[in-house]
Amino acid sequence: MTSRAEPVLAASGERKRRGLLTWVSRDGLSTFAFLLPLLFIFGLFSWFPIVRSIVMSFQSTNLVSAPTFVGLDNFARVLGDPLFGTAVSNTIYFAIIALVIGYPLPLVLAVLMSEARRFKSVYSALAYLPVVVPPVVAVLLWKFFYKGGTNGAFNQILHTFGLGPLQWLGDASLAMPAIVIEATWAAFGGTVIIYLAALLSVPPELYDAAEVDGASIWQKIRHVTLPHLRGVLFITLILQLIATAQIFTEPFLLTEGGPANSTTTVLLLIYNYAFGSSLGGHFGEAAALSLMLAVFLGIFTGIYFWMTRGWSTSS
Amino acid sequence: MTKKPLGRMSTLALAALAVVSVSACSAAAATPSATATPAPTQAAGSQAPAGTPATTHKPVTISVGVLRPGATQEAVDALNLQITEFNAKYPWITVEPQEYNWTAPTFTAQLAGGTLPTVFNIPFTDGKGLIAQHQIVNIDSRVRALGYADKFNPNVLVNGQDDKGAIWAVPITAYGMSLTYNRTLFKQAGLDPDKPPTTWDEVRADAKVIADKTGVAGFAQMATQNTGGWQLTTMTYALGGRMETVDKDGKVTATINNSYTKAALQYLHDLRWTDNSMGGTFDYNWGTINQDFAAGQIGMFTGGSDLYTAMVQNNSLKADDYGITVIPLASDPNAGVLGGGNLVAVNVMTTEDQRDAAVDFIDFYYMNKLRTEAGAVEDAKALKANNQPVGVPALPIFDKATYDQSLVWIKDYINVPTAQMTPFTSKIFSEPVVTEPRYNTQDLYAALDPVVQAVLTNKNADITKLLDDANTKVQKIINTPPAS
Repeated sequence: MTSRAEPVLAASGERKRRGLLTWVSRDGLSTFAFLLPLLFIFGLFSWFPIVRSIVMSFQSTNLVSAPTFVGLDNFARVLGDPLFGTAVSNTIYFAIIALVIGYPLPLVLAVLMSEARRFKSVYSALAYLPVVVPPVVAVLLWKFFYKGGTNGAFNQILHTFGLGPLQWLGDASLAMPAIVIEATWAAFGGTVIIYLAALLSVPPELYDAAEVDGASIWQKIRHVTLPHLRGVLFITLILQLIATAQIFTEPFLLTEGGPANSTTTVLLLIYNYAFGSSLGGHFGEAAALSLMLAVFLGIFTGIYFWMTRGWSTSS
Repeated sequence: MTKKPLGRMSTLALAALAVVSVSACSAAAATPSATATPAPTQAAGSQAPAGTPATTHKPVTISVGVLRPGATQEAVDALNLQITEFNAKYPWITVEPQEYNWTAPTFTAQLAGGTLPTVFNIPFTDGKGLIAQHQIVNIDSRVRALGYADKFNPNVLVNGQDDKGAIWAVPITAYGMSLTYNRTLFKQAGLDPDKPPTTWDEVRADAKVIADKTGVAGFAQMATQNTGGWQLTTMTYALGGRMETVDKDGKVTATINNSYTKAALQYLHDLRWTDNSMGGTFDYNWGTINQDFAAGQIGMFTGGSDLYTAMVQNNSLKADDYGITVIPLASDPNAGVLGGGNLVAVNVMTTEDQRDAAVDFIDFYYMNKLRTEAGAVEDAKALKANNQPVGVPALPIFDKATYDQSLVWIKDYINVPTAQMTPFTSKIFSEPVVTEPRYNTQDLYAALDPVVQAVLTNKNADITKLLDDANTKVQKIINTPPAS
């Protein structure tokens, strides 16, 4: 057995050496060398914080003294916090309004722009312009527009029609819709461009055939355009749901979660756990809620990948 | 063919260079934190008395958070002048000024991230918590070596002491809450700016007149970043209430839902919804209310008696607009003026040499001007030369006599409109000053922010329920031990 096995092992070792040499000669080593900085940076700035925050969700720590493990206490505290329910319902409320206002708007605009015969690129640029504005600048600009009292920009416009003034951000029933309007304005340009690209892939002969059959514009959209955008529409829907679950910048800068917590979202609650108290005693709760949110979003992302297997963006 | 190996070698070399560069960057980034690790061998023995010759000291660098973000060039110049004077006395200490402004969220991030300057200030409300969690340095022996630790006003010093009386942070400013008002708006509304309101009823009446006559907010209230709770506590104290009680066993009980706080909230509700005299902004914080006041958009608001400096440095306040008077106190025997202030502390991520240097800086920059003629005059001279306010009303860090003496020393340099501050300065020293709630103060203030917001933004807000809920929340926090 031994005498027969030895040549086999020797041949196997030779193959491994040859394989290694082939790997090196086929740029495997240089590829790996190029990969190293990326792995190092990615590990240091992405994976290390992720692992660290998972560990922290089971600890009580102020990040200065040595942490102590507290088991699932942080999760229990978060789930027992009355603000947790408020933040979740606020985030769902934001997602619903964003779906009603923000989801169809880019599609309608993209279809209208694709029908335009002139200045298509101008319309595209104008639609995309808000995306170019830095988010903080955009939010502060809108904060000025939304200013309550008679000197706010929107209130002055309303005043010319004999209406208002409204407390755009100072009224619990108006604050969240106001945030959605700003967020939609800031983000719809990117989605419009995606839809415009998808619309280009719809074969024009289908529209010609529909026209020959006497289809109206609405029927062309209903029976030709929308079926071809099915994939893209689904992708943008999932991406929007993921983005709305992580809404932070707008409520943080526009309302700081107010008035009276009416715009406190899940991410803002995480921020408040970590930084709301100047003594910083709630990093564990912040990490625990972050982990819960990550698991929730992971499920959504999984659904997204599962549903879009093998889909082309326009099929 | 001959090029390929060379090409591969060159790509390998480039990749290796990239790895080395990244390592070098991270090594460079790691250097400061390595040097910032406390040096256990440099114990208190290395502590030097002020003015020791430079030859006996190792060079040391400290950063000091003494510049407000957005400070004018004149404020920077004044500071540089003072640092030059400090360096003349302590040539081995390099001082690097940093922009720093305490806010609850940014302080937490800086503390956790280890990016606080060596010397930084904190409000009285954070002293006990930071000491309990050992997040600042015990500088007791260093401060006592300065020779005047027993001369501090004990009611002020206590904010920077632990339960055994050790000093961890030094009080540098103390203020009483005041009613700040815009004299120009008073005139425009037909009110006499030299006779500001003395009761809460008068405040309400004047606010209504200002709002009706000028169109701006007659009275404004801070409501975010814990300032809503802070100012609600101020009004509660002024009416006679308290937010916490401590029994003889040391058990702390939240008393937020007391009748005085309810009355204070009802008062705000009436100004907002009955009189419509509070304008259109209900999410003010400390910075934005100063900004709008300096811009002539607010008739009156409650704030610290030391706001003049910040409003001049950051908001280009017109001196003629500024007026300040004492907070109206109710006839209740417990009614008092909420007193607050700031402590200066030393970062725990420092070497012993840096801690020595930090206390030298605290002594020179913050203390000398309060207790020595030379220090007071030098400070005032430097500030005045750069058009910075000198003589802003404050409460004594040491005793009243020392405070009065320091005002005499700097009388030639005082450049603030003292006559416009007389309604405050003539009365504050005879009024009872009450310290802020001692336990979980910022948590308490944070829990009250949404309550104030609800009252100002919802006409039908249920004040009793809001306060009961907030009280439950704060009691739960008080009962929960802090993170280790």
